Amino acid sequence: MNWVRIRKDSIKINGTTLPTNHCGMEMLKEVYKQLIGGYPKFFKMDALCRLGFIASELLLQQESPRITDTERRAVILFNRSSSLCDDRSYQTTIQDTEKFFPSPAVFVYTLPNIVTGEISIRNKYYGETLFCVLDKFNANEIFQVVKESFLDSMTNDVITGWVDCESDDDFEASMILVGPNDPDFNPDFINEIYKHN
Amino acid sequence: MIEKIADNITSPLGMDTAANYEAVLKGYSCLKLHKCKWDIPEPFMASLFEDGAINDNFAAMGGDVSLYSRFEQLCILSIAEALNQAPQVDISSDRTALVLSTTKGNVEALDIGYCGSGNEYLGESAQKIADYFGFTTTPLVVSNACISGLCAQIVAMRSLENGRYDTMIVVGADVQSRFIVTGFQSFKALSQEQCKPFDINRQGLNLGEAAATVIYRRTDNENHDCWQAVRGAIRNDANHISGPSRTGEGSYRAMRAVLKGIELKEIGLVNVHGTSTPYNDEMEAIALGRIGLNHAPINTLKGYYGHTMGAAGVLETVLSMRALDDGIVLATRGHEQCGTSVPVNVSAQHRNTNAKSFVKLLSGFGGCNAAMLFKKGGET
Repeated sequence: MNWVRIRKDSIKINGTTLPTNHCGMEMLKEVYKQLIGGYPKFFKMDALCRLGFIASELLLQQESPRITDTERRAVILFNRSSSLCDDRSYQTTIQDTEKFFPSPAVFVYTLPNIVTGEISIRNKYYGETLFCVLDKFNANEIFQVVKESFLDSMTNDVITGWVDCESDDDFEASMILVGPNDPDFNPDFINEIYKHN
Repeated sequence: MIEKIADNITSPLGMDTAANYEAVLKGYSCLKLHKCKWDIPEPFMASLFEDGAINDNFAAMGGDVSLYSRFEQLCILSIAEALNQAPQVDISSDRTALVLSTTKGNVEALDIGYCGSGNEYLGESAQKIADYFGFTTTPLVVSNACISGLCAQIVAMRSLENGRYDTMIVVGADVQSRFIVTGFQSFKALSQEQCKPFDINRQGLNLGEAAATVIYRRTDNENHDCWQAVRGAIRNDANHISGPSRTGEGSYRAMRAVLKGIELKEIGLVNVHGTSTPYNDEMEAIALGRIGLNHAPINTLKGYYGHTMGAAGVLETVLSMRALDDGIVLATRGHEQCGTSVPVNVSAQHRNTNAKSFVKLLSGFGGCNAAMLFKKGGET
């Protein structure tokens, strides 16, 4: 099973460290420029979406051929901070009645599931998109919700994981692409990627 | 089978499902124009609780108002009333779990002037609510924009079908705030008048506050007196993060999934999202036309409650069930003349029906769409 682990200062793909020169948001931009590119919408995204987008791109680069335009792939993500990083940005635009400039471009990212939409748009995935929030990382809960998502007979596989963004420079993600019968698809594996990489 | 054993609606119109149904039957709404509320420069039309109403009800229930935010108190009031109808539910069992549907929870806590006890982390809020009742399992928050209330029911349904839990309590709630209202205003999505769903003159949505709860359990014996959650599906437009698909792609695909193998003539009602924005209602009409349900009776409840966000999917499901129990397709308040390119079967009057099955639809930012099929008795 392919997996990606992003911390604020490092990236691993299937256990191999991706060499990077920067940390935080600059690292995400560096990876975008070096390994992805051609998708200027990336620069409009908030930090949570950039994080989820980069993780999904690195994950899907492992897939050959890369599957697009399908209803059979779901995107089900989890975190602790919801969209709080962008929520705080939006709050600064309305905090002061004297300097009141609420922006739709910021407000639209004050929903955590937007990142699942960004991944779907990029890859033309018409399948299920779902975002869940937990008090803390919980491999068993993630495993169960994803396992149960296969009760939808349309769903062949799921891009899932933990995509959490406290601020532009404090974030982490662990992402996998799983089918219902993948031998590694269990809470221990989800835990292993998250805790030991 | 997954059957509903209890429910609640807590809204400005009433503190239980019966009170809400009676009010809606009479055509009541608490939508009104708010000027200078929360120091928001532009007036807005919304259905809000009276100042102190949630607090007073929570205190009357014996709750410690200093420990719980307004949002958490609202959730607790709704869950507690639903649980009163279902004394058989063993809350502390490892076979019982809570799912919370919300978009913004205690987001007002981000304001530097906030003096409540709320915390902006949704998971912590859910844990506080779970602890109040003594749940021993992990509460899950579903935060999937405006479709959260259906997603939460779908997630709950799957946990029951999978045998992980025996009883699921699903609560949907959102309270309004400067944060949310100004955001929707910046999007030019709000109407300062009563919203006009599917109308030729619709100009935008109204926001609302509410909580609603539904309690489901798995059963092997079909009970003809209980509503069943038959099937649910979530699909994405894969098109745009804030604009609905011009072909109603995700909504159509979600409906196609839940209606597989079902005779369309058996669907007595489609309770649509119907926010009253030009784009949403047009998109839903197109999706209904594509699936062949544009002639089925449809309605939307946004004209009574406004858009209650995380509560909407649960509230609108529960009220649709209650009305069909009474043989009624509720009127679409605010609608006058159909104004979508595909005409749909919508009415400003209550209509009689024998239908015992309906489809509930929602769509939201992030291109997400959800559909659920419910039935009562042996039909469908």
